[in-house]
Amino acid sequence: MKQHRLFWAALAAPGIIWLALLFVVPFYGILAISGGQLDIFGNPVAVWNPLHWSTTNFAATWHDVAGASAFVGPIIVRTLIYVALASLISLLIAYPAAYFVARFAGRRKALFLILLIAPFWISYMMRMLAWIDLLQTDGYVNRTLSFLHLISQPVNWLGGLGITVVLGLVYGYIPYLILVLYAGLDRIDPALIEAGRDLGLGRVRTFVRVTLPLSRQAILTGMLITVLPMLGDYFTNQLLSGTTGTTMFGNVIDDQLTSSGGVLEGQGAVFSLLFLAVLIAPMVYYVVATNRSSRGAT
Amino acid sequence: MTAAATKSPAQVGETTPRTVLRRMRPRRNPWRHPWFLEGFTWLYLIWSLVPVAIAVLFSFNNGKSQSVWQGFSWRWYFQDPVNSVLHDPALHAAVVQTVRLSVYVTLITVPLGVAFALGINRWRGPTASAFNFVMILSFVIPELIFGVAMFFVFTRLYKTVGLGSLAEILALVTWNVSWPALIVQARLVTLGKQHEEAAADLGATPWQVVYRVMVPLLTPAIFASAVLVFSSVVDDFVLVDLLSSNSGNTPMSVYIYSQQRGGNGGPALNALGTIMLAMSFVVAIAGYIGYRWLTRGERGSRIDALTTIAGGEG
Repeated sequence: MKQHRLFWAALAAPGIIWLALLFVVPFYGILAISGGQLDIFGNPVAVWNPLHWSTTNFAATWHDVAGASAFVGPIIVRTLIYVALASLISLLIAYPAAYFVARFAGRRKALFLILLIAPFWISYMMRMLAWIDLLQTDGYVNRTLSFLHLISQPVNWLGGLGITVVLGLVYGYIPYLILVLYAGLDRIDPALIEAGRDLGLGRVRTFVRVTLPLSRQAILTGMLITVLPMLGDYFTNQLLSGTTGTTMFGNVIDDQLTSSGGVLEGQGAVFSLLFLAVLIAPMVYYVVATNRSSRGAT
Repeated sequence: MTAAATKSPAQVGETTPRTVLRRMRPRRNPWRHPWFLEGFTWLYLIWSLVPVAIAVLFSFNNGKSQSVWQGFSWRWYFQDPVNSVLHDPALHAAVVQTVRLSVYVTLITVPLGVAFALGINRWRGPTASAFNFVMILSFVIPELIFGVAMFFVFTRLYKTVGLGSLAEILALVTWNVSWPALIVQARLVTLGKQHEEAAADLGATPWQVVYRVMVPLLTPAIFASAVLVFSSVVDDFVLVDLLSSNSGNTPMSVYIYSQQRGGNGGPALNALGTIMLAMSFVVAIAGYIGYRWLTRGERGSRIDALTTIAGGEG
């Protein structure tokens, strides 16, 4: 048996080495840059020995978040508001649709499922491009609205409106949420719902007392799977607004990496670290839940 | 507290005669079709799909506008001698880079993930558990953080890699390896251990068990994960955005983003997006048909095949 153990270990080894070198080490890399020094040109240098770590980058970051000229604080607040709104709207749209397809689609289930899954296969960029086309000042949205006399002159939707960014986030991430919700709702035994109805509960109360509690896990997973990427999103906002009035947290990190010429990379690392620190609890929760369900049956 | 306080009078109210009377009255058919929900679902589907259909339509626009229809043409695909996808070198390079990345990454990721899943599943030790944890973590971590980590490791530590195609491939493999690993593990759970135990009892070596028994049984799962990895690489944006260094290694998604953001939008971008969409759809349809064929004779439905191909098991 012992040599068999070795065989399975050898089979897993390439993947383990790969993950160690290209997933574990890179995260240590973020730490090394965060704790690193600046060289004489002001460029951040990675320091790999924890004993030599300095607080230079952390101090600079703290200055940005809470100092006198703090510009990141309001961005963090805005990101949280945008993501909260976007995920709430997503849930309110996705749940009824997923519920209908899982429970009532009947023989047309495959058709509905294909249509629900289709956006999942359409690239995010293409879907954003679609809305950029529609939201142009002479685009179909403005034309429809003025045809209905809802607006008197064209709205500049792409000129930095928060609502455009929030709806862009909803549109971008809702397919992932809807799939998770569908899978969760589809697993509910219809006998339980029928039992609720047989015992005299109305439609609404069956839903509140039976279906909703049974889908709590799916809601939680679905929210996690949409909120986590939304928090790190920087491209939706860049494409649909591109002004500083709607800057999100992801834009700060992206700018420090790609537009600062390397000088602010150290602070980008600290921000990523902060971001990771905040998200580690929900992520570990997700991993534990996944692990439990994937090993549960063995 | 206030919620509980407002709730109790309502519960008391339930016993009043009026409520009893209302309960006795014959109700509408309790199993009637939920037309409101169905209408809502259709509205959602229209909202989610029609904008993209319009964007595809505008890739055939015979004019520069992305919002005003000026007649049908192929000019943004191949007719225009300068600005079409076929003739503009940057557009052309973006298509080639996307195809190249998806093929290479799929070819590396799938065997790596499948071997990892098989090994981890049977090895069972602290190291195995720890790396299974790491693998699932890589599935859920925000792509931006992972991209930042990759950016630093390729510019500071593995300097020979640098930025460019190799960095993109290495990062995309790491990012996607959890698809085959998770799907194969899920399939192993449903398969149980009886097949491999039978083979081992009949004298098969572990390698024969894997090669002759496990891999054939896992073929649908492996196939589904290959489809998912391929389409996920076609659609990937954040990693390639952070790790690409010049126009030679910029794939379609990053090209669309940088041009549109730079104010150089036009139907050629829609054409590029439509090509991406076509690539993903061809792979998805092939994946669905292939998966159905591989699982023929099993209990399982069109619905199962659809959800598996969309990563429903992951």
